[in-house]
Amino acid sequence: MKRIVPVLVVVACIFALWYAGSFLMNRAWVMDQAARAGTEPGFSEVLRDTMNQDRAKLPAPHQVAAELYDGILDKKVTSKRSLVYHGFITFQATMAGFALGIVAGVALAVAIVLSRVADRTLMPWAIISQTIPVVALAPMIVVLTNAMGAGSLMVPKAIIAGYLSFFPVLVSMVAGLRSPDRMQLDLLRTYGASPRQVFWKLRMPASLPYFFASLKIAVAASLVGAIVGELPTGAIAGLGARMLIGSQFGNPMIMWSALFAAAILAAGLIWIVGGIEKLANRMMGGQRA
Amino acid sequence: MTEPVISASDLSLTFQTGDGPVHALKDVSLDIAKGDFVSFIGPSGCGKTTFLRCMADLEHPTAGTITVNGVTPEAARKARAYGYVFQAAGLYPWRTIGGNIRLPLEIMGYDKADQSARVKRVLELVDLAGFEKKYPWQLSGGMQQRASIARALAFDADILLMDEPFGALDEIVRDHLNEQLLALWAKTEKTIAFVTHSIPEAVYLSTKIVVMSPRPGRITDVIDSPLPRERPLEIRDTPEFLEIAHRVREGLKAGHSYD
Amino acid sequence: MTGTMARIAWPLGFGILVLILWEAAVRGFDIPPAILPAPTEIWDAIQRSTHILWIDWVQTVVKGALTGLILGAIAGVLAALAIDRVDFLRRGLLPVANFVAALPIVGVAPIMVMWFGFDWQSKAAVVVVMVFFPMLVNTLAGLEATDRMQRDLMRTYSASHAQTLGKLRLPAAMPFIFNGLKIATTLALIGAIVAEYFGSPTKGMGFRISTEVGRLGIDMVWAEIAVSAITGTALYGLVALIERRVTFWHPSQRRG
Repeated sequence: MKRIVPVLVVVACIFALWYAGSFLMNRAWVMDQAARAGTEPGFSEVLRDTMNQDRAKLPAPHQVAAELYDGILDKKVTSKRSLVYHGFITFQATMAGFALGIVAGVALAVAIVLSRVADRTLMPWAIISQTIPVVALAPMIVVLTNAMGAGSLMVPKAIIAGYLSFFPVLVSMVAGLRSPDRMQLDLLRTYGASPRQVFWKLRMPASLPYFFASLKIAVAASLVGAIVGELPTGAIAGLGARMLIGSQFGNPMIMWSALFAAAILAAGLIWIVGGIEKLANRMMGGQRA
Repeated sequence: MTEPVISASDLSLTFQTGDGPVHALKDVSLDIAKGDFVSFIGPSGCGKTTFLRCMADLEHPTAGTITVNGVTPEAARKARAYGYVFQAAGLYPWRTIGGNIRLPLEIMGYDKADQSARVKRVLELVDLAGFEKKYPWQLSGGMQQRASIARALAFDADILLMDEPFGALDEIVRDHLNEQLLALWAKTEKTIAFVTHSIPEAVYLSTKIVVMSPRPGRITDVIDSPLPRERPLEIRDTPEFLEIAHRVREGLKAGHSYD
Repeated sequence: MTGTMARIAWPLGFGILVLILWEAAVRGFDIPPAILPAPTEIWDAIQRSTHILWIDWVQTVVKGALTGLILGAIAGVLAALAIDRVDFLRRGLLPVANFVAALPIVGVAPIMVMWFGFDWQSKAAVVVVMVFFPMLVNTLAGLEATDRMQRDLMRTYSASHAQTLGKLRLPAAMPFIFNGLKIATTLALIGAIVAEYFGSPTKGMGFRISTEVGRLGIDMVWAEIAVSAITGTALYGLVALIERRVTFWHPSQRRG
């Protein structure tokens, strides 16, 4: 209770501010319309009109909620206007990119930990890769994958998502694989263990809590990658494409509902991955990274 | 008989925990006179640190009264009546040794020239002259702890509260610091309250040894040391010293239930 | 010095090797420049169009990304300091801010473009929103990073809230703040370029990339990518350099 109440109050304040913002930002249009019609609207009329505009500068929360309800539950999931349909397209790319990111992150981390040369050459480039804005690279990834015969946008989107999500996995796995201390390593030396045995019996198990701890960040990054990947690639389906369409047609409701659908998808993914992390921690005896 | 510097009567402190109330201190009464060196010794959970924290206004007793310099601990804290030395040196890594000692002086608003003079003086007092520009992490543990004592001395409080300051150091370094602390005490005539779990340390340093025991935290014995104020390290081999140590050990045993 | 040399030589050598292989592959397999131009062709494009690249760079990086980064970072730190003063707010806002920081905030780009127009103001606004939350969350975490003993020490000096903040908690929070700033610099460039895909004047890196892709001016696209990559790395390097100066005392920075 003690932890919930402040959060609820803060959320309530955000909604109140949102409504106030809707009123203030949408009022100009209402007054403009009234001036053209030559009427003097009273406060309650202005209030009503600011809360129900189709092209509101800032749609009120209940409008966004209605649009979300309509897009998620009222449309057939196969409809081109269903948010479930678009959300699923983005979800697929997110998952493919997530898988790609995990494989690449773990593989690179193993190489970096086992080889001094890889540590020196790859680690700086891994950091540099994240400082390069991936959105700039995105159209080229589409061109290149097309030239190689990928055929659909799924492959480049997954690559862009993987590009953003491999990094947190890599960083955590390097830390995890290096987490055994001198004493633990010396113990295995006294057993005459081979490097392979040291890796599988000590480094790998020690890195697991770090691995699971990195997944939440990785999946969130992957979703950002999937959405960003839809923007410059001429996609027509997916939540990012929805935002683009809303922007082109000047329809704020489409933008807001796509934004919130993306937030809901992110929250769901983080929640599920967080659950997997907790489960894994429990199975490993409650140790944490 | 002059006014005691620190005076506690029927002091109690109860923590509410998930497993019910914990009596960290129960009906503790003690007077500390000016210039005393008082050690608090006992097993963990006996409330010795809690008692010290009450004097420093870092903990608030649930019953009883305690005064420091004749006023409440809070008023004494606000008047900067004491210096406190913690178990770890707790020096700020982003400040030099000199900067760390200057920290309380900056907070208390001493002027720049005075700050520098005081830093120089206390560094000499703890035998760290020449280390002013070093960073804490470039010094050994013993040197760091000496710097933290210098930090507590810098603003000339009459009372020094020390919570197991040498607990984390090895025996040889500890002997050396004990000797230095006695010399410092003789030079500055401060009143010192000192928490420890080492019997030889308590006997070697103190004019008064307070033996405490846990569940509930209380005082079981108060021993006034007959040893002279001037104490070379060799005093620890004299029969007088061993006799007091024996009495402390008996006191600890009596208060301990070994459950 | 040999250690520093090796630290730079290895990755540099790797980068040069990749460029040579790239050049060789494009020439060897006769890859058309509309798919992948060779590094030398990209270098030609850079030299040919320095003026355009400069205009785009000023528009996207200086006006969009850096303005937004500075405003957003300052706002994030100030908000954290304000929230920190009120315990109720901290307990309420921290979970919310943590949650929002994990969401795909890039999605506000079309909304900001609608609100602030096509020019750099909307790009800076997107960057402000994207940068704000990581800065807020990291600063708040940093302000919590002092241990009890250090706070008790300030209490024994009966230090004021401002004194404890200035002398203990802010310095201790610096490693966290710089961590947030590093995340923020990479987000800033992404945000500024993304926002250009939702509408921009006829300049800017994102604008140039999307129009040149349409005109098959692929070498120009790669030129913009090269500029953005160098900018991103340089910005990150600059922040890392300042971090080294400010948090020299932190165990992770104490080498040599």
